[in-house]
Amino acid sequence: MELFQYPYMQRALIGALVIGLAAPALGIYLVQRRLALIGDGVGHVALTGVGAGLLLNRSPVLVAVIAATIGAVAIEIVRARGRTSGDLALALLFYGGIAGGVLLVGLSDATSANLNAYLFGSLTTISPADLTTIAVLGAAILVTMIALRPALFAVSHDEEYARVSGLPVRTLNLLIAVATAVTVTIAMRAVGVLLISALMVVPVATAQQVTRGFRSTMAAAMALGLFAAGTGVWVAATADTAPGASVVLVAIASFLVVAVAGGVWRTLRRRTTPTAAPTPEPHEVVLS
Amino acid sequence: MTTPVITVEHGVVGYDGRPVLRDISLTVTAGEVVAILGANGSGKSTLIRAVLGLVPISAGSVTLFDRPLRRFRQWARIGYVPQRLGAGGGVPATVREVVASGRLARRGVLRPPGRADRAAVDAALLAVGLADRAGDPVSTLSGGQQQRTLIARALAGQPELLVLDEPTAGVDAASQEAFAGALRDFVADGGTVLLVAHELGPLRPVISRAVVVHEGRIAHDGAVPDPAGHHAEPDHDHVHPHCYDEPAGLWSN
Repeated sequence: MELFQYPYMQRALIGALVIGLAAPALGIYLVQRRLALIGDGVGHVALTGVGAGLLLNRSPVLVAVIAATIGAVAIEIVRARGRTSGDLALALLFYGGIAGGVLLVGLSDATSANLNAYLFGSLTTISPADLTTIAVLGAAILVTMIALRPALFAVSHDEEYARVSGLPVRTLNLLIAVATAVTVTIAMRAVGVLLISALMVVPVATAQQVTRGFRSTMAAAMALGLFAAGTGVWVAATADTAPGASVVLVAIASFLVVAVAGGVWRTLRRRTTPTAAPTPEPHEVVLS
Repeated sequence: MTTPVITVEHGVVGYDGRPVLRDISLTVTAGEVVAILGANGSGKSTLIRAVLGLVPISAGSVTLFDRPLRRFRQWARIGYVPQRLGAGGGVPATVREVVASGRLARRGVLRPPGRADRAAVDAALLAVGLADRAGDPVSTLSGGQQQRTLIARALAGQPELLVLDEPTAGVDAASQEAFAGALRDFVADGGTVLLVAHELGPLRPVISRAVVVHEGRIAHDGAVPDPAGHHAEPDHDHVHPHCYDEPAGLWSN
């Protein structure tokens, strides 16, 4: 516990908590529109931004935000077109992104430890300036995702209906794309580009096993994200493990616990309250 | 009551160069209940999707409430009921949450729901007989109840025109009756309806005009045609019985 007296550990904890709260708030919309792995794709593209930033001696996070936004918007345009070549275009973008990142980092003076920090996260090296960026952008994502929930829900749930409702469907889709890019970039510092999708998706997957509605799923997923981030950083500090990986493993462990407990509970309930055999609907036609 | 609500003039729609609708002209005036009939693949669903701007027309024009479709913005006046609810990515949503989406056209994106919104959602749930299922996840509902959820979503927006795509396809008899009742109430309050159907069933008395689409053209526009063949038998309601008794197999217990 005394580790948390050090400012760098406090920053790591606060940064992780902000991301743990914001990532599932966005992730629920991505899961709903079957784009659970989009965060991975955007992360790959963000890596090119990191490489470019390191090479040009500019803030890697800032350049990564720009690269990730361009990538996310490109993915959204490919998705909206809905053509069969879409997944190939995505593959080109993903692998182009990560190859570009590795190449550019290699060209710069950065070491492989530097590259690792972005691939797998480096919570303990968060500077006070980084923390401000994470907190401001994280709060912006959180407020947007909660305030626009009815509209974002409608667009993610039934895009055609949303269009006939006169909602600005294209703008809302681009908003989700940009929010994904921003979330990926701030979470890159915490869990790394290779693990970012986990924080967006796993808490949602855990929550939806026990919830009944969208709103309750969102609240539960955010609580689970917060729990995973806090517990993960604590485990990392006490057991000296990699913080990013610890956070993700706590999230996955929660998923398994809820999945097993939910299964056991459903079985028990079925046994204690034996439901009568389902009564068939009355015949609507008589077959002779 | 002769204000045109929907006007299609010489509408042509094609998918990938293959024409689906060739030269369609259709006018629906306020207070009418128009059924678009036709065989599968005749282009009847495409026609209403073109009216709503979900598929682009390659020639001709569509006018909604006296405004060209391109410049039409008063979407709150229209309630759209698609054929079925998309499965989504598995994130649960309650019946009430889905129906509440119907208020967005009226409320806009930024304004949080108020008392009028909640009252309209309650009324819509009541109209389709789902008030007691409001808190249940839509995925636990039967196909017919899901269809009623979509109708409630459209009604919640308090539209003047309802556009429905095969609202009774594969829907159980109880839901068909509930739906016919909701539609009657809507029309009695002065609403206009354009619906696509394969089979009219209990809706038949509500329909004021039928349009038959055949191979992308309008083959009939006027009185509801009498059903032919075995469809004409009095007790035929085109609801297929479900299979109750599955054959005993490896997985049955």
